[in-house]
Amino acid sequence: MQDLVNIFVKSIFVDNMIFAYFLGMCSYLAVSKTVKTGVGLGAAVIFVMGITIPVNYLLENKVLKEGALSWLGEGFDTVDLSFLSFIMFIAVIASMVQLVEMVVEKFAPALYSALGIFLPLIAVNCSILGGSLFMQEKDFSSIGEATVYGLGSGVGWFLAIVAIAAIREKIRYSNVPPALRGLGITFIVTGLMGIAFMAFMGIKL
Amino acid sequence: MKIFRNLLESVKPQFEEGGKLEKLYPLYDGIATFLFVPGHSTHSGAHIRDGIDLKRTMITVVFALIPALLFGMWNVGYFHYQALGETATLMEQFGYGALKVLPMVVVSYAVGLGIEFGFCIIKKHSIEEGFLVSGMLIPLIMPVDIPLWMVAVSTAFAVVIGKEVFGGTGMNILNPALTARAFAFFAYPTFMSGDKVWINTDGGAVVDGHSGATALGELAVNGTTSYSPMEMFIGNIPGSIGETSVVAILLGAALLLYTGIGSWRIMLSGLIGAIVMGLIFNAVAPHMISEAQQNFMAVPYWEQLLMGGLIFGLVFMATDPVSAAQTNKGKWIYGFLCGFLAIMIRVFNPAYPEGVMMAILFMNVMAPLVDHYVIEGNVKKRKKRIQVKTA
Repeated sequence: MQDLVNIFVKSIFVDNMIFAYFLGMCSYLAVSKTVKTGVGLGAAVIFVMGITIPVNYLLENKVLKEGALSWLGEGFDTVDLSFLSFIMFIAVIASMVQLVEMVVEKFAPALYSALGIFLPLIAVNCSILGGSLFMQEKDFSSIGEATVYGLGSGVGWFLAIVAIAAIREKIRYSNVPPALRGLGITFIVTGLMGIAFMAFMGIKL
Repeated sequence: MKIFRNLLESVKPQFEEGGKLEKLYPLYDGIATFLFVPGHSTHSGAHIRDGIDLKRTMITVVFALIPALLFGMWNVGYFHYQALGETATLMEQFGYGALKVLPMVVVSYAVGLGIEFGFCIIKKHSIEEGFLVSGMLIPLIMPVDIPLWMVAVSTAFAVVIGKEVFGGTGMNILNPALTARAFAFFAYPTFMSGDKVWINTDGGAVVDGHSGATALGELAVNGTTSYSPMEMFIGNIPGSIGETSVVAILLGAALLLYTGIGSWRIMLSGLIGAIVMGLIFNAVAPHMISEAQQNFMAVPYWEQLLMGGLIFGLVFMATDPVSAAQTNKGKWIYGFLCGFLAIMIRVFNPAYPEGVMMAILFMNVMAPLVDHYVIEGNVKKRKKRIQVKTA
């Protein structure tokens, strides 16, 4: 139990997808103009990560890893399909995103049009594939850990995007030098937020 | 006073339109309004006029910092002579400390104000006063042994990246003084933490058995501290220059609260947050695995309040009117989390025993979000009220 809490807290604050790895920056920068759209996309990311990482965990451990196929029979002990992991992970993610897109279009059309192209683009959001690859690298011992890691990473991304969206709403009234308006200042803010998030680096529970 | 006024009046034509030094008008304006309450009024819109303007507000905070500064100077001298095993009179101790601390104050003001003046002249904007406080805070939250050029670099970083790129005073998202400290902390870690930096020995040999670690530094390593609560309350312990003395800080806090410049909501809720976290730790301490952590958590909650920069941070940093939450309900939440996280980080994160800085920076980042939801909640409540009335 303590392990799970540890993984959850760590993936939100310490290994934050945005502030520790700077992954998933494109949609983070593009959709963070208002808190409302930020919350929408953030929730979609939590959902997609929370599903795809455990699914990919199963794929990795039952199909792709060296020796993972041994449940098929004697002759499969040495089969190593890990060279397929990228394409398999992406396939899972893309199908998941399709599902999210359909749900959002049906139940929240306003949000759907506000998110525009960035909703389908979650499929190529680096933080989501990144989450699956980190899962592979971290070699979790159970599917529970992988699920918690996925949810935690999603929540971390969510937190990052709503925080910067609120800041961007606030600095809309600031007298930023013309050359830095828009993306420039957003990058600077992201860097400063990264400094603030370093508070949690090295935390042990 | 009259001399100043006459002098200002006599050089004024030089700075006005068509004068020789027209470009430097912000500089003139800054000095003139710093010395005298300006006679001109706002150009547009309706404003509530009050005798107190931003410059007077900032100066009040600087006054509130003076007890901590004076105590810090004496403390630096005291530990210098103690570490070398020499005896010295009170005045000698104070004098030595002043010689160490004043250059830092001068450097921080010179660099910071220089950059501000430069930006104001480029932007053709009147000089903003925000740096008066930051410039005083920066030396107070640095260890005494830090080289002056590092103070200068971190001040420059804080003023340019932390403040000017957002358009100057009142528009930044992070507290500039804390930005400077965080920058120095991550850029020059060996000069900002550990047990060597808090006491200035000037290269002299230290007497045997003398420890220069801060109370929190000791706690993070062994889980015990050699300083008594009374010492920590008075402030006779190693630490950043201004943060050690709770008494001196409380004097400043009283002034801030009396004048209404510091938000009592943030200070009070921050204190509550720290106490709550302290009590939680006291309760769970026996269940922790490692002994050091057990001991650290078992430190009574009121002792946690006295250590490190907690009180200093809550009084002078968290209450920064720009980077804190703006709504009243938001201030309660913001302050509470500042105190809560500060204690949490210092216990859980052995790398950063001084968690206050990071906790406040983190809450600076989150403050706009807190405000956003407080406002949204308010909007919703009022909408509901209208619906009830019309129904």
